[in-house]
Amino acid sequence: MTITEDRAADAASPEIGKARRRKEDQRLITGRTRWTDNIQLPGMLHLAMVRSPFAHATISSIDVTEAKAASGVIGVFTGEDLKDIQGVNITAWPVSAEQKTPDHLPVAVSHVAHAGEIVAVVAARSAAAARDAAELVDVDYAELPAVLDLKEAAKDEVLAHPDLGTNTSAVWQLDSAGQGSGGDVEEAIAKARESGIVIEREYRQQRLIPAFMEPRSTVVDPTGEQVTMWSATQVPHVLRFCIAATTGLPESKIRVIAPDVGGGFGGKLQTTPEEFATLAVARKLGKPVKYTETRSETMVSGHHGRDQWQKLTLAAEKDGRVTALKVDLMADLGAYAALVGGGVPVLGAWMFNSIYKFDAYQFNLTNYYTNKTWVDAYRGAGRPEATYAIERLMDELAAEVGVDPMEIREKNWITHDEFPFTTVAGMTYDSGNYEAATEKAKELFGYDELRAEQKRRRESNDPVQLGIGISTFTEMCGLAPSRILGALNYGAGGWESASIRMLATGTVEVITGVSPHGQGHETAWSQIVADKLGVPFESVEVLHGDTQIAPKGMDTYGSRSLVVGGEAVVRAADKVIEKAKVVAAHLLEASVDDIEFSAGTFGVKGTDKGISMPEVAIATWTGHNLPDGVEPSIDADATFDPDNFSFPHGTHLCAMEVDTETGATKMRKYVCVDDIGTIINPLIVEGQVHGGLVQGIAQALWEGAEYDEQGTLVTGSFVDYTLPTSADTISFVTDHTVSPSTYNSLGTKGVGEAGCIASTPAVVNAIVDAVRQFGVNDILMPCTPERVWKAIEKGRSVPGEGERDAQPHFDEGVPNQDPGAASEGSQA
Amino acid sequence: MIPAQFDYVAPGSVEEAVAALAEHGDEAKVLAGGQSLLPILRMRLNAPGVVIDLGRIPELQGVTEDGDHLVIGAMTTYAAVLASEAVSTHAALLSKAIATVADPQIRHRGTVGGALVHADPAGDVGAPALALGAELVIAGSGGSTRTVAAEDFFEDLFTTAVGEGELLTQIRIPKHTGWGAHYEKFVRVSHQWSIVGVAATVRSEGGSIAEARVGLTNMGSTPLRAKAVEEALVGQPATDEAVRAAVASVAEGTNPPSDLNGDADYRKHLATVLTRRAVLAAAGA
Repeated sequence: MTITEDRAADAASPEIGKARRRKEDQRLITGRTRWTDNIQLPGMLHLAMVRSPFAHATISSIDVTEAKAASGVIGVFTGEDLKDIQGVNITAWPVSAEQKTPDHLPVAVSHVAHAGEIVAVVAARSAAAARDAAELVDVDYAELPAVLDLKEAAKDEVLAHPDLGTNTSAVWQLDSAGQGSGGDVEEAIAKARESGIVIEREYRQQRLIPAFMEPRSTVVDPTGEQVTMWSATQVPHVLRFCIAATTGLPESKIRVIAPDVGGGFGGKLQTTPEEFATLAVARKLGKPVKYTETRSETMVSGHHGRDQWQKLTLAAEKDGRVTALKVDLMADLGAYAALVGGGVPVLGAWMFNSIYKFDAYQFNLTNYYTNKTWVDAYRGAGRPEATYAIERLMDELAAEVGVDPMEIREKNWITHDEFPFTTVAGMTYDSGNYEAATEKAKELFGYDELRAEQKRRRESNDPVQLGIGISTFTEMCGLAPSRILGALNYGAGGWESASIRMLATGTVEVITGVSPHGQGHETAWSQIVADKLGVPFESVEVLHGDTQIAPKGMDTYGSRSLVVGGEAVVRAADKVIEKAKVVAAHLLEASVDDIEFSAGTFGVKGTDKGISMPEVAIATWTGHNLPDGVEPSIDADATFDPDNFSFPHGTHLCAMEVDTETGATKMRKYVCVDDIGTIINPLIVEGQVHGGLVQGIAQALWEGAEYDEQGTLVTGSFVDYTLPTSADTISFVTDHTVSPSTYNSLGTKGVGEAGCIASTPAVVNAIVDAVRQFGVNDILMPCTPERVWKAIEKGRSVPGEGERDAQPHFDEGVPNQDPGAASEGSQA
Repeated sequence: MIPAQFDYVAPGSVEEAVAALAEHGDEAKVLAGGQSLLPILRMRLNAPGVVIDLGRIPELQGVTEDGDHLVIGAMTTYAAVLASEAVSTHAALLSKAIATVADPQIRHRGTVGGALVHADPAGDVGAPALALGAELVIAGSGGSTRTVAAEDFFEDLFTTAVGEGELLTQIRIPKHTGWGAHYEKFVRVSHQWSIVGVAATVRSEGGSIAEARVGLTNMGSTPLRAKAVEEALVGQPATDEAVRAAVASVAEGTNPPSDLNGDADYRKHLATVLTRRAVLAAAGA
């Protein structure tokens, strides 16, 4: 009974809410663990990819003679060689029935649509020999004109895929009048043009490149009855499905393992050409093969994120109450419709209205193909773009009305007593408290003091100006209710699965269908199960990421693991308790109805009799004394399909200093108060928030993929793709309010994307706020010192204007808009 | 990525190294700290047949004093220079510039001589070497050496006076004891190459500038020395107004690059602002 006593002593200190250090960290941080590239199999061969240097070309011929003859080479395979078995990289989300979707072959056969596309694969005895031989593959290309710019693509003058006849992939609309969730957007805008305020803006979401720490790597062993693939992926279950769906291999003959995976941020929410090519070559040769990419290959071949033009029309009454928002979105999918692909911008459709009450709303999306690297989910996926747009617009509206930007938000947001609230986009937010989060954030920030300092600096014409940026954001997490996914034409469900195995010696195996890649699921799930089953944290082992061990799952993305997968674990634990109660009642010679389970002990009401969970587990395992008709198992499975999304929110405040002489920006203070519902492990949450903040700040200040006119990625290494390090950031002040989600029993809402979604507009709002007095109302991201300085200079050069009229802004040559249409902000 | 195959030679002395260079000629590349060469090899931008590693030559390491000069071995790492009290005392400008190079890992591998011979105009060592009037000692065949002034050392983008079959062995820096110094480096992220850098060192006398030396990073195909500005600064008080006027023309005649970090005009503007700041900081203003 020792365990029971320990648990009883611990009952006052539940695991949930404890800032435990992560149990997986020692092996992950030291690298002495199962990264895919660490895997060595007997007789394993190594692959190198031959990639197209051209953005758009047809393949005239490929001469592999010299490569095949090179030292150590076992085989060289072109698309032609692999075409019958290599499968296709499919999209799970054709957003409309009319969507045009080009075939995406893992190894191109006759046509390449972006630079970096694979045209041949070399297999050799060593990675070095494969790389050397790859240089010897002689590919003859016939170059085609490439379409690289999103707005050029919309003209259909140059086609990314000539056989499609257009660059348009799909058109999609959400209209509040049409679906009955609000009024008519055109009417509201027309009214505002007469008697209110109309703010028109065009914002650019630049293209970003996910920079997970571990490059993607795949090992395939075709020698067993099942083909086994290890891959650095976020989505082993989805990958297995896609392989089965397109290669002819039966699903039951495929085992996919995501061993330890070093980060993803959406960048490994993909089924990649490299995975499919590796599988095809392994099957051709009948030998284990490994492919590990270089960082340069990640940059051109791993999918990119964001890349949108957002044309926005916000209508308001004179006092700043918003009456309508119209969004016209152009999204660049790159060369192919990726796994989530055209659905990523759709995910933003419910978020442009954010935490606000608008009368009317319309979201019009057109997805385009270009001859650039494909685009897919990147931390936030659709929601950061939407949040950026609305939070920037609310600041512009405040400037127009002439009030503090927080006042505009307060005037328009959903108040705490209005929850649950169905928005103009048709989404029902179950819980939230924007007032509480904002009050706490303002206090931690010293909002009034910083506003006073800003005023002093303006008045003294200080060369260093101060700006304050606000972002009161929300997001939809916990992807996703399967019925909603079905209605949106998504190709799968959004449920999650869990199993709990009660081992004879008192320890517990928890099998989860989600697939962690750095989040700390093993720790958090252990905390949940320790509380639920009353067993020590250390006795819980969390297993995942292997389709043989965790046969059912929808994997990890969209802040879904805890909200959906965690709830599945809770439900499996509840079933274990219900099954164990029957055994306990029998052993205690009591009625099941009289059994109470608390802190790991099954007791009999009104007595001091009790038996611990491990005792029930071993009694079940021996099976010596079970009630008639009861199976000798208290293990349980559960699959949870949520009824709704969860809606984390928060208030982020950022102070930026702008050196007006150079345009350099410096973060002075960053405070965020996030409401992510119940917190399982505050230390993990802190890490998620910090990392997310830096990623979002990086979009505002540092990162951006740039191509030259030939379609070559100029930012092809970390020399030019400027990722920040800890030396570039400050210490953040983070705090929380807690409004539990009502759609899962733990009350969790998800935290994986929050920081990344909220921080980008907070930073840009702060920079614009610092220099608005010079006539600046927008700066393209990333807000490089050059762009900031030029915006100030241009603003200053217009005589007689200080803070200028915020409306309208769709005219040609307007400062800080499209660099294609005007001169400002263009990159040399 | 994996470099193309190469042979590796690690000579134990300058003499052996020069002999190895003579033997392999064009085929050979010299490896110093490897912080530029290895990425170049790994990205297969170059594929030498032989790499000659200077890392095992003790005589190329370390900082010594020779009368009114500091002598820095070409293979001395940035970190070793930073740790040298002699350098911070007698050539503070070099210490301050090197403190801004990349990150600690690179500073523990990268060498001062390697950076000078690589001659990337965005590197941070060239401008202080120019400003301090460094002399570069170059070893050639048969035990010969020659000394080249920093002004004559940088010939073009990635091109120096070090000829075929030659090695840079020492950097001799005239002592600037008591001179104030500042390196103003402008970057977007801390580990980046300089967008623009300004190296300034100043000898002050009674509140005004008696002598000044100014070097510019990434304002042309080589590091540059701003002699006209140096002259204009002489005798000026270390005030914002006076220095602003004296450095106003610093970007004249420069030919900086245009890239994602800024176009040439922006860099010229930056150079003007940064020079003022660097000189004022060096003068202790």
